[in-house]
Amino acid sequence: MDKETARERKRFAKRIQMETVKMIAKLGVGHIGGALSMADLLAVLYGGQLRHDPQNPQWKGRDWLVCSKGHAGPGLYAALALRGYFPLEQLDTLNRPGTMLPSHCDRNLTLGIDMTTGSLGQGASSAAGIALAHKLDKAENIVYLILGDGEIQEGQVWEMALFAAQQKLSNLIVFVDNNHLQIDGPTDEVNSLGDIAAKFRSFGWFAADVCGHDPVAIDDAIELAKRQTEAPSVIVLDTVKGNGWTATAGKAGSHSRTISEDEKNEALLEMQQAYDEI
Amino acid sequence: MSINILKEIKNDNEEMRSAMCETMIELAEKNDNIILLDADLMTAMGTKPFQKKFPDRAVDVGIQEANMVGVAAGLSVAGKIPFAHTFAPFMTRRALDQVFISAAYAKLNVKLIGSDPGITASLNGGTHMPFEDMGIMRLIPQATVIEPTDTVQLKNILKQIVDIYGVHYLRVVRKTTPRVYEDGSTFTIGKSVLLRDGSDVSIIASGYLVSQALEAANLLAEENISARVIDMFTWKPIDEEAIVASADKTGAIVTAENHNIVGGLGAAVSNVLVSNKPVPVEMVGVHDQFGEVGPVGYLAERYGLTASDIVKASKRAIKRK
Repeated sequence: MDKETARERKRFAKRIQMETVKMIAKLGVGHIGGALSMADLLAVLYGGQLRHDPQNPQWKGRDWLVCSKGHAGPGLYAALALRGYFPLEQLDTLNRPGTMLPSHCDRNLTLGIDMTTGSLGQGASSAAGIALAHKLDKAENIVYLILGDGEIQEGQVWEMALFAAQQKLSNLIVFVDNNHLQIDGPTDEVNSLGDIAAKFRSFGWFAADVCGHDPVAIDDAIELAKRQTEAPSVIVLDTVKGNGWTATAGKAGSHSRTISEDEKNEALLEMQQAYDEI
Repeated sequence: MSINILKEIKNDNEEMRSAMCETMIELAEKNDNIILLDADLMTAMGTKPFQKKFPDRAVDVGIQEANMVGVAAGLSVAGKIPFAHTFAPFMTRRALDQVFISAAYAKLNVKLIGSDPGITASLNGGTHMPFEDMGIMRLIPQATVIEPTDTVQLKNILKQIVDIYGVHYLRVVRKTTPRVYEDGSTFTIGKSVLLRDGSDVSIIASGYLVSQALEAANLLAEENISARVIDMFTWKPIDEEAIVASADKTGAIVTAENHNIVGGLGAAVSNVLVSNKPVPVEMVGVHDQFGEVGPVGYLAERYGLTASDIVKASKRAIKRK
């Protein structure tokens, strides 16, 4: 990735973060932390890596994305709106009665959402199923899966990890948004995940550790993952929960929190400054 | 619906599992999208011939039921038609949240087969003996919940559900079970079968209890009691029309199920009756107990699931009119 493209991805990530803050502040409360921490990843995916067509969300040739940490939906909705799946004004309806943008991702409500998630761990197996279906059809679509770090405390993730390796699902590329925090505190204090990449490697996966806020590193890792012919891949993204806003960055309480009008303005100012400096 | 009932009910020569495997092979030959999943019970369910014939389309995930149901959901979202099997308690208890969220809430097309219903789990005992699976599945919005009575009904229903989008749960005996229907009979999901007409009491039965209900009707006839017998193989959507018609005609109902009456067929039938036509109901089934190990005959006696229990319940129901 050249320098200008990298700057473009960084700017896209900031815009995702700003729209996420605005949408959550509109309602006054929401899952902000895990949405902000994956913004750089979404910028790399929706900035170019993911083959998709906002005008034809069900396009057969598209790559798939399962956001298993379903509570991070608002971050994904921001990326989808910015890419033209639906108007940006739609983001104001987040979690309102009758909305197409519920707190957790829902394939039946939102254009561009490939799988319903929210009960942690479950998107892992769904993504493996989608990857298996394409492998059986000898199709070249890639299935991307985003897991939270706390989420991989769920046993189902490791059931899938065994299964995907056994089935040689090289068309499955998994990201772990390793933001080091879960609702009750640091993951290391609640139920430590240890060396995540090493664990997946021992299951027979290709695994890479990269900085989750560096679009070049993320993009390079995806390129390596795409070269795998037998093993599924995991890219462990070292991230900061609530990244991009001092009030939430690295704060355990940022998983879900209220955002007042003043706080929104403070966050947007900080993010705009960062945007201008890119 | 074209149903012919055998004149004499006796144990089938064909096992339910071989009927299932044979039908799945037949269906998979015609439809490339069918995928059969199992969690290390292909040998137990007799689906190895399917695996041999379609190695890519038989997915044995090993001992991981939650992952199996999630993978099935993923296969469905990508256009496949997954049929997943494990023992009924593992499908409905262990993988319940995956069934609920990944398959049903996500509105996917996933077929779930739970085997060894109730006392037919026999020598596997209480840990493997589901008296609650149908009740659990009935609580899942829009799920279709079926207990095929014999091999003929099982084959016909498997053929139908391939073409009906949605979550279907089939509770299937693995080994032999009494044969009630003639080959080639066809059924309508959601429409019960009137096996025998009668005027004094209606016995609404399912699964293992269908043949017991027919035997009970014979025993009652010897005492000049006329019993109507219904095979309520679809528990959801339940055949309200047949339940109300039976209440109208006989004024007393007995339900008979190889399942806990709490949340079971008795409760489902009663729900219909209290809203439409309240009549006395007696329930033959498991009365809020866990399973235990033993031969099926012993367990039927132990939990009160025999023809003689149905006869007694019928008399109680008639007396309460």
